Amino acid sequence: MIAEKPLTAAQRDDLRIISGMMIPESDEYAVPGADDAVIQGDIVATLGRDTRMVAAALDHLAKLAGKPLAELDEAWREAVVTEFRASGGVPAATLARVILQCYYRDDRVLRSLGLELRAPFPKGHVLPEGDWSLLDPVKARGGSLRRAP
Amino acid sequence: MHDPVDVLIIGAGASGAAVAYSLAETKMHILCLEQGGWMKPSEYPSTGRDWEAKFYGEWSTSPNVRGRPEDYPINDDNSPIKVVNFNGVGGSTVMYTAHWPRLHPSDFKVKTLDGVADDWPIDYDALTPFFEENDRMMGTSGLSGDPLSPLSHPPMPPQPLGLSGPLIGKAMNKLGWHWWPSDTTVATLDYEGRARCINLGHCTPACAQGAKASTDITYWPHAIRAGVELRTQCRVREITTNEHGMASGVVYYDEDGVEQFQPAEVVIIACNGVGTPRLLLNSASGKFPNGLANSSGLVGKNLMFHPYAQIYGFVKEPTDSNRAPPTCLWSKEFYDTDLSRGFVRGYGIQFVRGAGPVFEAVVGEQKGILPWGKDHHRVFRRLNGHRLGVSAICEDLPEEHNRVTLDPVLKDSHGIPAPRIDYTISANSRKMMEHGLARGRQILDMLGATDICINSPIPWGGWHLLGTARMGTDPSRSVVNEWGRSHDVKNLFIVDGSVFVTSGGVNPTSTIQAIALYVADQMKQRLANLFD
Ligand SMILES: Cc1cc2nc3c(=O)[nH]c(=O)nc-3n(C[C@H](O)[C@H](O)[C@H](O)COP(=O)(O)OP(=O)(O)OC[C@H]3O[C@@H](n4cnc5c(N)ncnc54)[C@H](O)[C@@H]3O)c2cc1C
Ligand code: SF4
Repeated sequence: MIAEKPLTAAQRDDLRIISGMMIPESDEYAVPGADDAVIQGDIVATLGRDTRMVAAALDHLAKLAGKPLAELDEAWREAVVTEFRASGGVPAATLARVILQCYYRDDRVLRSLGLELRAPFPKGHVLPEGDWSLLDPVKARGGSLRRAP
Repeated sequence: MHDPVDVLIIGAGASGAAVAYSLAETKMHILCLEQGGWMKPSEYPSTGRDWEAKFYGEWSTSPNVRGRPEDYPINDDNSPIKVVNFNGVGGSTVMYTAHWPRLHPSDFKVKTLDGVADDWPIDYDALTPFFEENDRMMGTSGLSGDPLSPLSHPPMPPQPLGLSGPLIGKAMNKLGWHWWPSDTTVATLDYEGRARCINLGHCTPACAQGAKASTDITYWPHAIRAGVELRTQCRVREITTNEHGMASGVVYYDEDGVEQFQPAEVVIIACNGVGTPRLLLNSASGKFPNGLANSSGLVGKNLMFHPYAQIYGFVKEPTDSNRAPPTCLWSKEFYDTDLSRGFVRGYGIQFVRGAGPVFEAVVGEQKGILPWGKDHHRVFRRLNGHRLGVSAICEDLPEEHNRVTLDPVLKDSHGIPAPRIDYTISANSRKMMEHGLARGRQILDMLGATDICINSPIPWGGWHLLGTARMGTDPSRSVVNEWGRSHDVKNLFIVDGSVFVTSGGVNPTSTIQAIALYVADQMKQRLANLFD
């Protein structure tokens, strides 16, 4: 497999800023923003096959902004990101996805959502049986299969 | 050159495994060539914390995204529905969602009943014993006695209703509409060496627990114990023929990429509704210039997908989200033709129990219901763990312009021409999809769901690959006869979803495997004069 070129420092800076705009830190829910260093580290370390798309998205973003996102005032930054989301196509969608997939596996975020910090296997989950008497009306109504000649 | 075998099966998926198992009792020398390898459940996504992310890469349902060496690319640019599959021992059952309805008896007679498409040359009764045998072999769970479905006898009890099932059931009861716990191939008890389901919630793309019946853990161990040889990482390029127009064997690339010839007395194709026509078209020769077994010109034509019209929303109550197998209930309320609805034929409904947090976030963001910025957290908590969905599985009628051909440019890693899909959704299917969405909306309204979203069709929903080498008694209107043998090549058989004449409005794999067992049984009964 061809080794992917890592993101440049400038791309990583813009990635951090846009991640924080997507998901800001919240005291109310006791969660970090997606611009948190650990989450950013996870994103960059696991980009893998998405690297090229994400780099393309960040290049598009840089072109729209004309300079590093961090140097824009808030209103301009918002306008640039709105335009980016409207015109970014698959690369922009990939960028959003890689941010979300790392954010929603962070321990602090999962804890805040009341989810366990583990892989599904091998513990799994327990399902309540549910009320099977709900089927009684269906049984009472009955019915028959369409006849085939 | 290898020693000749009696029977050569191509493809080790749902149908290839079933036919191998059934023929094994003949004690013939049976070989199966499969382009993928054996699965390693310890590497399945649900064993890691990044389980949801894997879905977007090497565990994508799309071969074009996955891009593993054993995958072949598919040009489906000219189709609103993209092909999804899996290539390896177990085939697409490694990835499937294990929803297990059967075609209805009326599905085999659509011409007679509704004046459209064609009747099948076989009927439901011919398949009944094979449905039953297959359910035992795959190990199904469910509740016998659904008044609107063919009678089945699942050896295991149904999955629990969980949190989502009762919500859906109550809404359906208020509407007075049929619903029933689905038959599934999820083991709800320990079954024949398979451990019971522990609700990993990740049946698609693969079950690390081994509770979901993929054929690598159901049929194949039996078939191999009975003497069938399974050669993996062997991709068949073409089926060769001799001077009598009979199949003489296959040319394939072995795991080192070396070209090999394997002679055989009988060849059985089980490569699915896209892989099979691709192989037949790639087997064109001087004697068969339009592709093998294609004197009818129908190889690759009449592709049917089942367009899925999906609508979902978010309820106040918690749902099962990723803590259960995704499918547990079906409805046949709108299955049969009612012309007052403005279309012919009908659809089954498959209910969706929920989704995991990453999937919910990614899709919510794409759909525009999960905002960026400070509202993100509040909205996500309203969505995550609260999804319920309704999917209408619409019966696609056969149309010759919906087809698989060979792409003039695209090739797989061995340089073999890749398939190209040209497919449009018919006006009848569109009306059916609209109807399904409207009924789904009523169900969601009854549930008090908000943030309603629609996927119609589900774009990466080309999981049912049917009709591209249809069966029939008339050689000018079909590719194989009523027991799966090619009209043109008398020692060539097809047992996968390609042979479907019509698609019904349900997931097809139970019926695909019943047909594979039926064809095997027909072959066993005719061994003395198989080629007459
Ligand atoms: C995501 C997903 C969800 C699904 N959910 C359901 C469900 O809930 N219920 C249901 O009924 N169905 C479902 N399906 C469909 C189901 O998996 C298929 O209907 C079924 O597996 C088809 O069986 P088959 O034998 O025709 O082909 P497959 O199971 O696809 O097997 C074909 C095999 O042939 C091999 N092959 C192809 N070409 C070659 C070649 N040239 N040389 C060597 N080997 C070759 C492939 O590698 C593959 O292993 C789902 C499928 C997917 C992908
Ligand atoms: S929900 Fe059950 S069947 Fe599905 S992956 Fe988990 S254990 Fe396997």
